[in-house]
Amino acid sequence: MGKISLKQVTKSFGDVTVIPALDLDIEDGEFVVFVGPSGCGKSTLLRLIAGLEDVSSGAIEIDGVNATEAPPSKRRLAMVFQSYALYPHMTVRKNIAFPLKMAGIAPDEQERKVQAAAKVLNLTNYLDRKPGQLSGGQRQRVAIGRAIVREPAAFLFDEPLSNLDAALRVNMRLEITELHHSLKTTMVYVTHDQVEAMTMADKIVVLNAGRIEQVGSPLDLYRSPRNLFVAGFIGSPRMNFLTGPAAAAHDATTIGVRPEHLTLSRSEGLWPGRVTVSEHLGSDTFLHVNAGDLGTLTVRADGEVDARHGDSIFLTPQTGKIHRFDANGKAIA
Amino acid sequence: MATQHSRSAARLMISPAVLLLLGWMIVPLAMTVWFSFLNYNLLQPGPRTFAGFSNYYYFLTDPAFFTAIWNTLVLVLGVLAITTVGGVLLALLLDQPMWGQGIVRILVIAPFFVMPTVSALVWKNMFMNPVNGIFAWIAEALGLQPFDFLSQAPLFSIILIVAWQWLPFATLILLTALQSLDSEQMEAAEMDGASALARFVYITIPHLTRSITVVILIQTIFLLGVFAEILVTTNGGPGTASTNLTYLVYGQSLLQYDVGGGSAGGIVAVILANIVAIFLMRMIGKNLEN
Ligand SMILES: Nc1ncnc2c1ncn2[C@@H]1O[C@H](COP(=O)(O)OP(=O)(O)OP(=O)(O)O)[C@@H](O)[C@H]1O
Ligand SMILES: [Mg+2]
Repeated sequence: MGKISLKQVTKSFGDVTVIPALDLDIEDGEFVVFVGPSGCGKSTLLRLIAGLEDVSSGAIEIDGVNATEAPPSKRRLAMVFQSYALYPHMTVRKNIAFPLKMAGIAPDEQERKVQAAAKVLNLTNYLDRKPGQLSGGQRQRVAIGRAIVREPAAFLFDEPLSNLDAALRVNMRLEITELHHSLKTTMVYVTHDQVEAMTMADKIVVLNAGRIEQVGSPLDLYRSPRNLFVAGFIGSPRMNFLTGPAAAAHDATTIGVRPEHLTLSRSEGLWPGRVTVSEHLGSDTFLHVNAGDLGTLTVRADGEVDARHGDSIFLTPQTGKIHRFDANGKAIA
Repeated sequence: MATQHSRSAARLMISPAVLLLLGWMIVPLAMTVWFSFLNYNLLQPGPRTFAGFSNYYYFLTDPAFFTAIWNTLVLVLGVLAITTVGGVLLALLLDQPMWGQGIVRILVIAPFFVMPTVSALVWKNMFMNPVNGIFAWIAEALGLQPFDFLSQAPLFSIILIVAWQWLPFATLILLTALQSLDSEQMEAAEMDGASALARFVYITIPHLTRSITVVILIQTIFLLGVFAEILVTTNGGPGTASTNLTYLVYGQSLLQYDVGGGSAGGIVAVILANIVAIFLMRMIGKNLEN
């Protein structure tokens, strides 16, 4: 079991309020991702759940039991740190066995669990090495191994992949997702990488300056962002925002169109413009188009499109794919 | 220092310093070796005849020699024990966030800046003096008999004085080591269910081993040569109760005017110190490897 509820939780450091009152429910077995810009309080929120920071007010319940005052070790949560936080003087085996040793489990039982975890994580050949002799990805797996042997109620991950290179990151992303499928344990995952958020999450929590902007499944957030912040944050490349007459034509202060929802034409269309930069990624082409008064728009086009700097083109938003926002930045239904 | 050329240039440039240091060391050492084989007593005029190994024979069979070795050992180990254990505890304390941290840290380091003779005299006259000392005053206030530290427990008193001088050094080194301990490691251990004591044993102590070895090495080198503290407090006495090897050599050559015997003692001390140094280096090498 691993149901976590935050009730009116706040956190201040001195007189700086990092998290104003916040409510959040994390269901058992869910993969929840916290995303948000740097400094928005993702790590702080995770550390509050872990018990590494005290809440300033409010309550945290784990499986319906109030755990607000419980020390980290009593919350049955396991955390994987961004720096991995392995114990450098212990071998991989001892690192993974450490929580078991602290729990007073018999040595042969420890060894059995370590072997099982090492098998799942492909670490069997590295058990006698020290963390300093491992690659980044292997260290990451040791950190995960140390977390899973305890069979915790939930896993907490704080940007676990941010120190890895791009290829390894994709790999580990898959491995963690698979791990979630096989363990079915609640996972709370912090990242500022929205690809990770979109691909891994059952539920995304978008944070901004300590406040929750929106909670929902990845596709919910993509299809119907509740406000300008979420609209701009979810989706890559960023959504195009237009104001002025173009927005007024749709009875809104601001309208947003995703780059993939703009149709490109050489001959005719709603908004004329000139290509400033075209980025060829192979599978796609991202065109940055100077559309005069409308500003710069980004278009996602087919990989084969051959548009060059200075070409004049026309853009048309696809019907039904325009997001409308009022003067307060709230989405208009 | 990558290329052959830059390496030889570097050698050339450090050679004057190396030669100077070498001369500085070799000349006195060679003279000491030379004197140690002579009948050389300042009170006996006349030619200095060759003495063979008799100086060594008399020094090594002197009952004071074994007492001195034993005292040296007790002194070094005693001070090391006090300073490493005390240093770790003090460093843990100073690592806690508290008000006036900067000033407290400077105060803790202060004893290190007091010259050995001065601090030993302060201890002797203001703390341990059985009439005027503060310990005597405390004992009397409690209705107890004042304890005459320097005559009742001379070696212990000297250990106390020397430990007081070296405690700041150990604390300082261990404190910097403690500050380099990754706080996430501690938090990870906390989440892994380790109690404060378990975190200290399994995380802090292993993290500190290198620094502890460094502290032990450096202190041992200096503690083998403790002299001023003994000279100004007990003069090695009562009897030879607080005579260490250095003091014995001093007594031989300057109190008994026997330069030959003193030199032989000096050479013995150098050999013993080197044996200790080799063992220490081994130990450190092992500790620093992993
Ligand atoms: N111990 C602390 N004392 C004071 N302020 C803090 C402390 N820890 C964090 N903060 C502040 O709280 C805010 C949120 O920090 P937090 O580490 O949670 O951000 P984050 O969302 O994890 O950012 P990032 O993506 O860069 O890791 C920041 O403005 C930070 O300066
Ligand atoms: Mg963070």
